[in-house]
Amino acid sequence: MTATMKSGVATRRLPPQEGEVIDRGAALTFSWAGHSHRAYRGDTIVSALLAAGVTVFSRGFKYHRPRGVLSASSLDPGCLLQVGDEPNVRGAHRRVEPGMEVHPQNVWPSLRYDVKSANQLVGRFLGAGFYYKTFMKPERLWPAYEQVLKRFATGGRVSAHSPHGYYDKRYAHPDVLVAGGGPAGMAAAVAAADAGAGVLLVEEEYELGGHLRWGDATERVALAELRAAVGAHPGIEVLTNSVVTGRYDDNWVAVLQRRHPDVTGGGFGPAGSRVQERLVKARAGALVVAPGLVERPYVFDGNDRPGVMLSTAARRLVNLWAVKPGDRAVVFTANAAGDAAVTDLQRVGVDVARVVDARRGGDVVSAIGGRNGAVAAVELADGTKVDCDLLVTAVGWTAPTSLLNMSGDKPLYEPRAARFLPGGRLPDTVYVTGGIAGDGSLDELVAHARAIGAAAAAGEGSRAAGAPTLGVDAHPALFKGRTHGMVDFSEDISSKDLVAAAKEGYDSIELMKRYTTVTMGPSQGKLETVNAVAVLSEATGRTIGETGTTVWRPPYTPISLGAHGGRILEPVRYSPMQPWHEAHGARPLIAGQWIRPDHYGNPEAEVRNVRHAVGIIDVTPLGKLDLRGPDVPKLLNLLYVNKWSKLAIGGVRYGVMCAEDGVVMDDGVTGHLDEDHYFMSTTTSGAATVWEWMENWLQTERPDWQVHVTPVSTAFASVNIAGPRSRELLGRLCTDVELGGEDFPYMNVRKGTIAGVPGCYMWRIGFTGELSYEIHVPASYGLHVWESLLRAGEDLGVDAFGVEAQRVMRLEKGHFIVSQDTDGLTKASGAGLDWLVKLDKDDFAGKPELVWQQGERYQRLVGLQPVDPSVVPPESSLIVRGESDIVGRITSSRRSPTLGRAICLGFVAPELASAGTTVTVLLPDKRRIPARVMEHHAHFDPEGVRLRG
Amino acid sequence: MIRIPCPFCGPRNSNEFAYKGESKRRPDPATATAEEWRAYLYDHDNPEGWVREGWYHRAGCRRYLKVERHTLTNEVRSAEPAVGA
Repeated sequence: MTATMKSGVATRRLPPQEGEVIDRGAALTFSWAGHSHRAYRGDTIVSALLAAGVTVFSRGFKYHRPRGVLSASSLDPGCLLQVGDEPNVRGAHRRVEPGMEVHPQNVWPSLRYDVKSANQLVGRFLGAGFYYKTFMKPERLWPAYEQVLKRFATGGRVSAHSPHGYYDKRYAHPDVLVAGGGPAGMAAAVAAADAGAGVLLVEEEYELGGHLRWGDATERVALAELRAAVGAHPGIEVLTNSVVTGRYDDNWVAVLQRRHPDVTGGGFGPAGSRVQERLVKARAGALVVAPGLVERPYVFDGNDRPGVMLSTAARRLVNLWAVKPGDRAVVFTANAAGDAAVTDLQRVGVDVARVVDARRGGDVVSAIGGRNGAVAAVELADGTKVDCDLLVTAVGWTAPTSLLNMSGDKPLYEPRAARFLPGGRLPDTVYVTGGIAGDGSLDELVAHARAIGAAAAAGEGSRAAGAPTLGVDAHPALFKGRTHGMVDFSEDISSKDLVAAAKEGYDSIELMKRYTTVTMGPSQGKLETVNAVAVLSEATGRTIGETGTTVWRPPYTPISLGAHGGRILEPVRYSPMQPWHEAHGARPLIAGQWIRPDHYGNPEAEVRNVRHAVGIIDVTPLGKLDLRGPDVPKLLNLLYVNKWSKLAIGGVRYGVMCAEDGVVMDDGVTGHLDEDHYFMSTTTSGAATVWEWMENWLQTERPDWQVHVTPVSTAFASVNIAGPRSRELLGRLCTDVELGGEDFPYMNVRKGTIAGVPGCYMWRIGFTGELSYEIHVPASYGLHVWESLLRAGEDLGVDAFGVEAQRVMRLEKGHFIVSQDTDGLTKASGAGLDWLVKLDKDDFAGKPELVWQQGERYQRLVGLQPVDPSVVPPESSLIVRGESDIVGRITSSRRSPTLGRAICLGFVAPELASAGTTVTVLLPDKRRIPARVMEHHAHFDPEGVRLRG
Repeated sequence: MIRIPCPFCGPRNSNEFAYKGESKRRPDPATATAEEWRAYLYDHDNPEGWVREGWYHRAGCRRYLKVERHTLTNEVRSAEPAVGA
């Protein structure tokens, strides 16, 4: 056979065939390895190239032997190709699109002159466990080994510049989901839909029909009837070019709808964009597994040469794409599929030189290579050699039991049929039909499928008595011939490698798989698992049933990362003041779901403005909870470590919550607004957790308490007005509350009207360390109040400040931030909260641990200042002692514009925690700098004169 | 993904819920020894079989539920409000 790489002439295209799927009226042009080729619409990349005389599509993973077509389906291990910037495209499945640029993978420098094929000569050094044995010692060479292994690794090229495709997700709730659109799947779908069920019928190929598509005239008639019945039924939704990739608990079924150039984004994604892939998450009432059977390759010398292919491959090529797979053929057959291949080949003018019938003792020994490594002759068991360029094998079937395994079944080996059958341990909502369930005539299979479909629709249960069954036909057990050959075509694992591995002691199938990597390549065992099991059982003298198989886990086929990621559905939250922030150059800060202004260009200037005049910051994302009921004080006493019983109306208190393990969970302030009415603030990130924590106590431990919790975080817009002139500013907009220091002292709350908006809460608290008021206004008035504040305070020098300035000021003031200055191990005592914890309270969350913490010596949170004021250690820098002793870490670090020096908070070992101690901070650049432990957390105004003013 | 038959919302995907672990009685903090308290916090029986555990319908009715689930089959045979659990 001539392997023409350049010719665009369709040398192997047959005259029109009855069942062909190509549209001869629609010619396309694409390129292969830089040369232009023609195809028809409906051609796969591989069928179009075969028609043009190309026979080699890749080279083997390890030995770089040339590889051609084996199965002519998506599983074909030799047909992984690079299409544009997309690697590992299944070339025997993907259809040609106009202008496609296709290249071979794993070849260097080219498909025809592959340097690494020299591996064939050193093949005996690349046996089982080769990588483990060769690249282990000495360790100092590991970086060099990595380079070697990378060069040998298979796979295509990924590009960092690929345009973002549009990937979609969908949820579906079919009553019955049918996996597999062959005759059984179609019949089951129709029967289920006839019974009133909503049916999702999923087929991996581009059309329904399964093996009927490459069948004879009778089968084509049956195909037309079944397709018409499916098409006519409004209760059936058909997904083609789609794969059921997994079945999970309660029939949660993942379906990958593959790239389809005809499907648009449906209004989602960039305008007019095509859906690359769509992941359908289906909750199916019943799952009908009808994947049919996969034809199994035969293991013998030379079985991976181009020109050796399965009977289904030959029949698909002839009947679906009208491609002549060779000129002179030998057919090795053990069943009706092989016999039909003989008929098909003869019909289209292939010279069938010899039919070797396994049922009469025939066997093939070796496929002898010719030019370019392709098959040139076959040596038979009787010693004869037959010249040929095509060797077709039909030695039996593998049951693709993935969905059964994923459903909890353990398929059983049936020696009479030489394949695995369902093991009878399926859940009641999972049904099996078609070839995977048993054998029969087309009529028998369809009848079985109809009964199964009806039972699935009715929810009768797959284990119900009287469930329909299929018989099983005898089939010769043919796995490996009398010579060694390739078992795993993806990973280049031969039967010789497996025998060697068994001799080395890797004699269980799971161990052998991991040691040799057999079945771990792109086809994931669908072609080779049973052959691997058979070779192992022969080597160990056990039966196939005793040897067992590896477990088939999801996904059934590879799923792209794009499909996994899908459409971004993560909500994004903005405060009502966002339009103003955007118009004033706010730099966004992502804080969980919230987008907040980090600063407006100059955070240091924002700090100075607050310290000297007045600033306002949007603190809407603060968690806010409205608490009502007579038992609120009890709840506060239970959740916070400090006391709440005596908080008068109008008072505000700071509180810290600990979990039951004594670890700091959240902090915030709570105000007593009115009789039985409190208002709690939490950290932004803790809002949901705290609410959940409260509900936990109220619903499970204290159901008799009368407390109602309402989350109001987004019902109010919140603004902190901070700075020496904040009282004057708020006073200009609020006329019904006395703001004077005696009427409205520090740590108090009032309700009043601001900028004409009634029902606003005002708290006098001070995270920044300045005189400040935190106001909560109905969210719809947030922007109005914000802009009113800026207008009213123009002459006072008011300006907005962002999160960065606030973080600097709270650090100057020594206020810690839960989850920045604490982590999942920070005990209240270590955070310096002993003064707050009231152990004389009866009971509260975490109390026992807090009692036991007394006297324990934890790392303590302290204020720190680098001796060199100009060095600002990055956060997370370690505090060390000696060479490698880690004795603490920096949790917060900034340059203070107020003090003109670096300031930090950090944890240090207890013996280093006393004021005046000098510790060593290790910077990421390996420099070690001294820093002094301070007396207070606060670097600025530790007495709090400013905020109490 | 398993489904939890929420008594308020009906059967819902478990990713609407927060898993709260095996149901346990909180020891009396006044009398509990450190061993008892930490066994409550950290020790889990994790049996093969039926367990009673807490689930919080976070993206639904926001009720805490007491659920009986089989750890081998993931079958759920009851789900009730967790009051007093």
